[in-house]
Amino acid sequence: MRTDDLSSIILTLVTFAPLAGGLLLMLLPRRDRDIRIFALVISLLTFVLSLHLPVYFHRGHTGFQYEVDRQWVSTPNIHYHMGVDGISLWLVVLTTFLTPLCVLISWKSIHERAKEFFILLLIMETALIGVFTSLDLFLFYFFWEATLIPMALLIGIFGHGRKVYAAVKFFMYTMIGSVFMLAAILWLYAHTGSFDFAVIRDRIASGSVLQFPVAAQWLFLGFFLAFAVKVPLFPFHTWLPDAHVEAPTAGSVLLAGVLLKMGTYGLLRFNLGLFPEQARRNAPWIIVLALIGIIYGALVAMVQPNMKKLIAYSSVSHLGFVVLGIFSFTQAGLDGAMFVMLAHGVSTGGLFMLAGILHERRHTYEITEFGGLASPMPRYAAVYLFIVLASAGLPLLNGFIGEFLVLSGAFQDKPIYGILGATGIIWSAVYLLWMYQRVFYGNITHPVNNSLSDLSGFEKAAILPCALAALVMGVAPILWLGAIDPAVRAALTPFAQVVGRVVSQ
Amino acid sequence: MSAALVPAFVQALPQGADYLRILPEILLSIFGMIVMVLEPLLDEKTSQKILGQIALLGALAGLGSTWFMAQTPGLAFWNMVQVDSFSVFFHVLIIAITAVVILISYEYMAVQRIRAGEYYALILFGAVGMALMSSAVELVLIFIALEISSISSYVLAGFRRHEAASAEASLKYFLLGSFATAFFLYGVALMFGATGSTNIDRISNTLRAAPVPLLAYVAVALMFVGLGFKVAAAPFHIWTPDVYEGSPAPVVGLMSTAPKAAAFAVLLRVVFVINVHAIFWVIWVAAALSMTLGNISAFVQSNVKRLLAYSSIAHAGYLLVAFAAAPQLGTSAAMFYTAAYAAMNLGAFAVVSHFANAGERYVTLEDYEGLGRSSPLLAAALTIFLLSLIGIPMTGGFFAKFYVFSAAVKANLIWLTVIGVVNGGIGAYYYLRIIVMMYMREPRKEVPVMPVPFTLGVALAACLAATLYLGLFPGRVLQYTQDSAQQLLQPTQPHVTSSAPVPAVSATL
Repeated sequence: MRTDDLSSIILTLVTFAPLAGGLLLMLLPRRDRDIRIFALVISLLTFVLSLHLPVYFHRGHTGFQYEVDRQWVSTPNIHYHMGVDGISLWLVVLTTFLTPLCVLISWKSIHERAKEFFILLLIMETALIGVFTSLDLFLFYFFWEATLIPMALLIGIFGHGRKVYAAVKFFMYTMIGSVFMLAAILWLYAHTGSFDFAVIRDRIASGSVLQFPVAAQWLFLGFFLAFAVKVPLFPFHTWLPDAHVEAPTAGSVLLAGVLLKMGTYGLLRFNLGLFPEQARRNAPWIIVLALIGIIYGALVAMVQPNMKKLIAYSSVSHLGFVVLGIFSFTQAGLDGAMFVMLAHGVSTGGLFMLAGILHERRHTYEITEFGGLASPMPRYAAVYLFIVLASAGLPLLNGFIGEFLVLSGAFQDKPIYGILGATGIIWSAVYLLWMYQRVFYGNITHPVNNSLSDLSGFEKAAILPCALAALVMGVAPILWLGAIDPAVRAALTPFAQVVGRVVSQ
Repeated sequence: MSAALVPAFVQALPQGADYLRILPEILLSIFGMIVMVLEPLLDEKTSQKILGQIALLGALAGLGSTWFMAQTPGLAFWNMVQVDSFSVFFHVLIIAITAVVILISYEYMAVQRIRAGEYYALILFGAVGMALMSSAVELVLIFIALEISSISSYVLAGFRRHEAASAEASLKYFLLGSFATAFFLYGVALMFGATGSTNIDRISNTLRAAPVPLLAYVAVALMFVGLGFKVAAAPFHIWTPDVYEGSPAPVVGLMSTAPKAAAFAVLLRVVFVINVHAIFWVIWVAAALSMTLGNISAFVQSNVKRLLAYSSIAHAGYLLVAFAAAPQLGTSAAMFYTAAYAAMNLGAFAVVSHFANAGERYVTLEDYEGLGRSSPLLAAALTIFLLSLIGIPMTGGFFAKFYVFSAAVKANLIWLTVIGVVNGGIGAYYYLRIIVMMYMREPRKEVPVMPVPFTLGVALAACLAATLYLGLFPGRVLQYTQDSAQQLLQPTQPHVTSSAPVPAVSATL
């Protein structure tokens, strides 16, 4: 098949391959081994397919690529419109990269109802990819809501502790947040007659949407609320620690790695893309929330006795960087925000896997239960250190590049933002290294820890790709930024115009 | 043949096409009567099954005959009945619901040991009334059809005759229902006083020609009370939970879908065709109240039937949002919603009635604990219906809500939309509770789950297929509803205005 032919259907293939796999899985008999292998094959296949996207991506182009646009429903005018640009491209690949790792990490830990677990995981993957690839607002909302069910079920059925509470809280927060987005989308449709992202963007930009100036602020807030809950931005973050702590490892990985990025992606794509003026106007308080998130998240993470909760709060802090970068409206800030999203997906995903590995052996996340683990589990300790350093932003690893770019963007915007944000890096080093010290160094306080086994084959297969990705992203960020940069520049052009308009007034 | 050669009274008689236009009603009545006649002749043990099959045959025949009905659009019986794609839509919907309810009832009747042939007959007669409601354009006929359907449901509500709750349900429904229909009748009378006619088209033309008299407003408001009771919209919803709790589960499935669809069809005609838009605020308030009260009350329910009763109040509220919107979009959104709601709610009640077991013992939330493990397929089906009731993508309920709110936003009803979507978000909680019970809790007591009989399987499959079809490929149905909305709303020419009875214009074709 020629690549041109493939290019026109590749997005559909990548998006729906996991779903098709999940449906096939339903027909398979309940032999756990076969089911796991099948799920792994499907998710790897999806990953390989998705590599087509960056390989044949035209890096210089700013618009959407691999576009498909078919009518789904005639009235209302809903289209099956998919496409990726430099912003969504890598998020798709991140999703397909993490899913096989999730399958691997769940290989041994999911014994009961394994079939349902992997079906849900694959359905989840389709919904996540769909969120990043849809260019029709309706389609976007469709996938956005569709991510809710599998995730809530993953937490509620396969989690531990207060799993039901966590699942319901996760569901309700997101659901109530997103209905406001639905209202905003409906308003946009009522006044533009289209759900198409590009059409709506152009109509708003040309000022031909009736009553738009009156409603713009509300529309902005409608979208913002849905995304802020998902990010999660302070003070909408309270669902996150609960959901993370109670979720199964694979759930946490996808939750932190991809689900949270739906929020920041949405902010970047819709809040900035559709409402540049309102974004500019609302930026100060959003940045304040982001800074609070960075510092507050870090401080709270520091005092957590529970390893998984610590990582969860570190996500609040890291995602604060992303929001800070986005609302700095600078090239560097946005590039950095995109890069932090990817880096955080890889390294926090890795951290959750590592925490999960420990939980499987000891059935606890309490940091005080451990100590001196470096001697019984040397390989585990080495990988852990690597990922911790990546997450803390050590140069040459992936965390550094993104945070550096975000901070330089924030400095360009207002120095104080940069200064306050920079403290976040210090905090993150503090809480991560302190945790590392308490878990791995010192003497073994609990005799049971002496007999812990080191990484198994499946665990290595799951965690090493993360470590490798963290290294490559840190050494050669240009591989990623090459595609991100033009897209970000395109996203920023309306802001140059907004500034121009403000100045000329 | 020339009109002069034929005696006047022959001309006045209904023509062949007239009968075609009410063919579904005729067939349903005939089969209902067959059931009634056969019931005493058959021996007790075998009669249930045979009568059920006859009833099902009748419903299917009625469903098939809608095709003939659709081929002969126009007015019939002296302008009392109008066949257009609007009424065909509701005929198909109502009779399909009836067929599914009969399928569900097979098992239920056997398990509950209810022996009564008239059960099936009453379902069929009720369907006649409901179907007639959707095609009648004469207020008096609408009233009669309303009574036919209501009286059947009053009796059906009391069919668990050894249960006090069922008797209470029946009596309550009867007393309050009669009260409400009286309101409707008052409305009709006042409308006649205001416009000199009881024909909807003629009323519409009269009101359009002259300033609308106050009396007409009062009349429409009174009619709204009567219909609001039927659709269980707040503040006329008080009867719903008790009646739903007491009535047999399949009957609740019927009551919460078919008569509602019929009443909404009438309401669509009353609100949009008569087009007295001043009751806009009445509808606005009723919609907001129904959504909010329904959802809030559903939160604290521990009985699944009561929970679904409050949910049906909330859904009536979402539907009423469409009535506050612009006629064209509102009509099509409401039509779509009734269809989607019928599919998902009937499906949910099918599961509930199967699961309830003898004497409806297992209807509390705790009974559903661990159902995901003991009966995965049943639980999965119920989950899909509940997700659809929440309005999650890929289900009919999602598109239904979407179109309703889309129509509301188009009509600039921002606040009502916000109230609606927030309610939709909050409402997710109590449906989720059932899902949580099924999948995330271990069973605390032994709840027997019987194997799903074939007939119930068919009913569930039909509801599932409809729910998913409307959720994935809503285009065709939506196109149909849009076309029929247009047909319904186009201003009609004044009919021949000599003294009644007048031969129907189209009947002479």
